[in-house]
Amino acid sequence: MGVFTIIATYIAAAIGTLVIGLAFKWFDRKVTAMVQWRKGPPWYQPVADVLKLLYKETLLPSTARRTGFLFAPAVGLAATALAAAILWSALLRPESGFVGDIIVIVYLLMLPPIMTIFGAIASGSPHAAVGASREMKLILSYELPLILALLVGVIHSGWSLQPWRSAAGVTPLYSISGVIAMLVAIVAMQAKLGQVPFDAAEAECEIMSGVYVEYSGTPLAIIYLGRAMLLAVMPLLLITVLWGGLVATPLGIAAFIGKYVLLVVLVTLIRNTNPRLRIDQAMKFFWMGVAPLGIAAVVLAVLGANWAIKWL
Amino acid sequence: MNWALRKSLWVYHVNTGACNNCDIEVLELLTPKYDIERFGMILVGTPRHADVLAVTGACTRQAQPKLQEVYRQTPKPCVVMAIGSCAGAQGIFTEAYHMGAGVDTAIRAVDPNAIIAYVPGCPPKPEAMIAAAVKAMELIKTL
Repeated sequence: MGVFTIIATYIAAAIGTLVIGLAFKWFDRKVTAMVQWRKGPPWYQPVADVLKLLYKETLLPSTARRTGFLFAPAVGLAATALAAAILWSALLRPESGFVGDIIVIVYLLMLPPIMTIFGAIASGSPHAAVGASREMKLILSYELPLILALLVGVIHSGWSLQPWRSAAGVTPLYSISGVIAMLVAIVAMQAKLGQVPFDAAEAECEIMSGVYVEYSGTPLAIIYLGRAMLLAVMPLLLITVLWGGLVATPLGIAAFIGKYVLLVVLVTLIRNTNPRLRIDQAMKFFWMGVAPLGIAAVVLAVLGANWAIKWL
Repeated sequence: MNWALRKSLWVYHVNTGACNNCDIEVLELLTPKYDIERFGMILVGTPRHADVLAVTGACTRQAQPKLQEVYRQTPKPCVVMAIGSCAGAQGIFTEAYHMGAGVDTAIRAVDPNAIIAYVPGCPPKPEAMIAAAVKAMELIKTL
């Protein structure tokens, strides 16, 4: 693959994911409205939001470290786009050259929350500092379960760090450990997206949008785009690693879209039916509840791989 | 670009000493019956994200400098909605000892060209607020 092809792939995947992400953002708000028996926003709503934010004034707080404050959202967006590019090329052309492995993806998906913390601390606002400390605790809570869940996919594919390559015919989800891993991954995804039970870092009624409190105008638009892209990337990661990826037949593509939409609907429904957890409750939930489940899934998967029991 | 601003007005609610009645009516806008999200309007948690400041209350002396600070923190262009008789003209509290300059005067002191929409009523009906929002959208067209 030439450099040009790589750059073209990156840009195409970034734009494609952006469009999907904005569509999902609208879908999320529309489903929320339907749950609450409202009519909800029109389909172009996320586009209008982004355009408006791009055109509004950008205010810089006098206490902010300007470079860090302005660069953090852009780095987060770029990292999400890169993860999206790797995932899409893994899905669409699993046998082509180097596309990066699962460790790269986990690393890249760590960056958006870390950049959120970085930007929040650079803003110098006490509300953002509270939000940043909560975001940090949240990362410490959900990252281990997420990695454990992805590890189950790796074990099922015969310890390949590119589980989508050898995953032909093996779908980790159709086993006990796979189901547990999927549940763990869905909960971790909810936390990674900062959706409601785990949105203590932004808590808009309590600490005034927390980590994003000082952002306005263009940087806020970039944050909006980054979050929309993350909403498209996380379900994609789960489908790629745990749920069979994309089979290039009409039926396979339909199934892929079905899985994709199903996961986003799940995110929305969890967000609409749960109250916000305090940060200590969220940590306890992940460390005492979800992480042991993830470990159990990994143990089951290892046992299954050792004795060639497929349903384990 | 005006189109985008019209279709996505984010509202920040400022209470400058209201009796809570207008605040309840503002919250009414989010309920299924009125649902302002149809027009792309949502309530946001900080003035830096806002396009509309929904100001309730008579603007007391204590609240006045804070209201002006909130207005400075709002990225322009933005619209101020003075909701209720108190925010419009200080209502029954005119000439009371603890009153500031009034919402519109306080904001004009910061920005003489501020866009201010008045929604009279004690409290105004949610329909009146929606009508004011629509009028604000019409005004934004001319910006």
